[in-house]
Amino acid sequence: MSALRAAGAIMTRELARFLSQRERFFAALVRPLVWLFVFAAGFRAALGMSIIPPYRTYIPYETYIAPGLCGMILLFSAMQSSLSLVNDRESGTMRLMLTAPWPRWFLLGAKLVAGALVGLVQVAAFQGIAWAYGIHLPPLGYLAALPALALSGLMLGSLGLLLSARVRQLENFAGVMNFVIFPMFFLSSALYPIWKMQEASPWLAWICRLNPFTHAVELIRFALYLQLNAVSLAVTAAAAAVFFALALWGYEPARTRPPKGE
Amino acid sequence: MSKPALSVAGLSHRWGAKTALDDVRFSLPPGRFCALLGPNGAGKSTLMAVLTGLIRPRAGAVTVAGVDMGRSPRAALAGIGVVFQQPTHDLDRTVAANLRYFAALQGLGRAETEARINEALARLGMAERAGEKVGKLNGGHRRRMEIARALLHRPRLLLLDEPTVGLDAPARAAITAHVHDLAAQGITVLWATHLVDELRDSDEMVLLHRGRVAAAGAVGALRGTVPLPDWFLAQTGAAA
Repeated sequence: MSALRAAGAIMTRELARFLSQRERFFAALVRPLVWLFVFAAGFRAALGMSIIPPYRTYIPYETYIAPGLCGMILLFSAMQSSLSLVNDRESGTMRLMLTAPWPRWFLLGAKLVAGALVGLVQVAAFQGIAWAYGIHLPPLGYLAALPALALSGLMLGSLGLLLSARVRQLENFAGVMNFVIFPMFFLSSALYPIWKMQEASPWLAWICRLNPFTHAVELIRFALYLQLNAVSLAVTAAAAAVFFALALWGYEPARTRPPKGE
Repeated sequence: MSKPALSVAGLSHRWGAKTALDDVRFSLPPGRFCALLGPNGAGKSTLMAVLTGLIRPRAGAVTVAGVDMGRSPRAALAGIGVVFQQPTHDLDRTVAANLRYFAALQGLGRAETEARINEALARLGMAERAGEKVGKLNGGHRRRMEIARALLHRPRLLLLDEPTVGLDAPARAAITAHVHDLAAQGITVLWATHLVDELRDSDEMVLLHRGRVAAAGAVGALRGTVPLPDWFLAQTGAAA
């Protein structure tokens, strides 16, 4: 009971912080919407789509990239949480949390779930606008995609947690954004199907297939059409577990770095 | 005889090739104000990080009121209140909200939390500030809020890591006096500092120098008739 109270406090703080930062919410929405309204409109003509699972008919490009943009929101949100973790580490609020009398995995896990919830709120807002724009997915698909989105959010959040354990200062983090967000997003099936990439470069296609973000996107895409992509589920879950375990290892007391000045 | 409030034995820690703590040992009797005195870089922050469970030392043991921190870290932590050197509050939330967050982290129930927040704020002379945003408070009041917060779960041992850094003289004096009062009320205090004017002759002291305990005991007995600043300089060889 008291453990739940502690976890609840961590989550409430995270959500309250997110909701109080209107610019962050606004930026989180504008980014995928620009991709949807502008980029997708421009590329619609350039990119020929064929019928691939889970789709049963030809689909407009906007419909293809919608799940990828949900993934993109989760990816940015996770990295933003990770940024706030580095900030918490620098400001000392992380210490305050870690000296609470609970196991470290529990405290960091609560932080992770809180981050995933923040991501889900943003995805829901995006899906609402996309629906109004005319991207209509099966109504039950929105519900079925929730667990897929949650798992993807946890996987990406764990990656962010892992990065925050290794990155000491915010300045270093800008580089990580470039080296993590962009490769993960562009070397995935978010913007183009892998068979398209295969035509251009077989080895790039292989990187896409190995990228856990591809599997998060495919898991979401299939779930939106009420189908289960078992391989993607397994890869996403395994990646989440590995990233979280490595993050815990990184936050181990024995591996903490010296305090400033010593 | 009652158990020491804090006992440190054979504590050693290295950061790479640099020795931060070298066979540190001392113990604190309950209900005393003890200064952990040392020049910058003496190992105070490393010791504080070990005492709060943030670092696991390479060797040695820490016991809090008889509870071994290595074996039962959670039970040991539950008996400790910590005020970190760096500020650890959410500036855009109120004093009460900051305290509520911490109380929930400790697992305290809602009704109990409100009563304890009132009690802790009153103790630090902060009762009327509960509804103010922390960002609007001056440095001294922020520190007092952090001390009040560290008392919410009623710890028997209070650790403060250079809590007066960055404060002006009146705020520094007020906080030092407040924490001496807490010790008089029975809470054991370990106060890390490099500022000798924060100590009283009746206080205990552990002098840390180059990662080792250079002296330990009552301040008055240790310094004798020598003024404390001179005694400190003589012990540490620090340039005036």
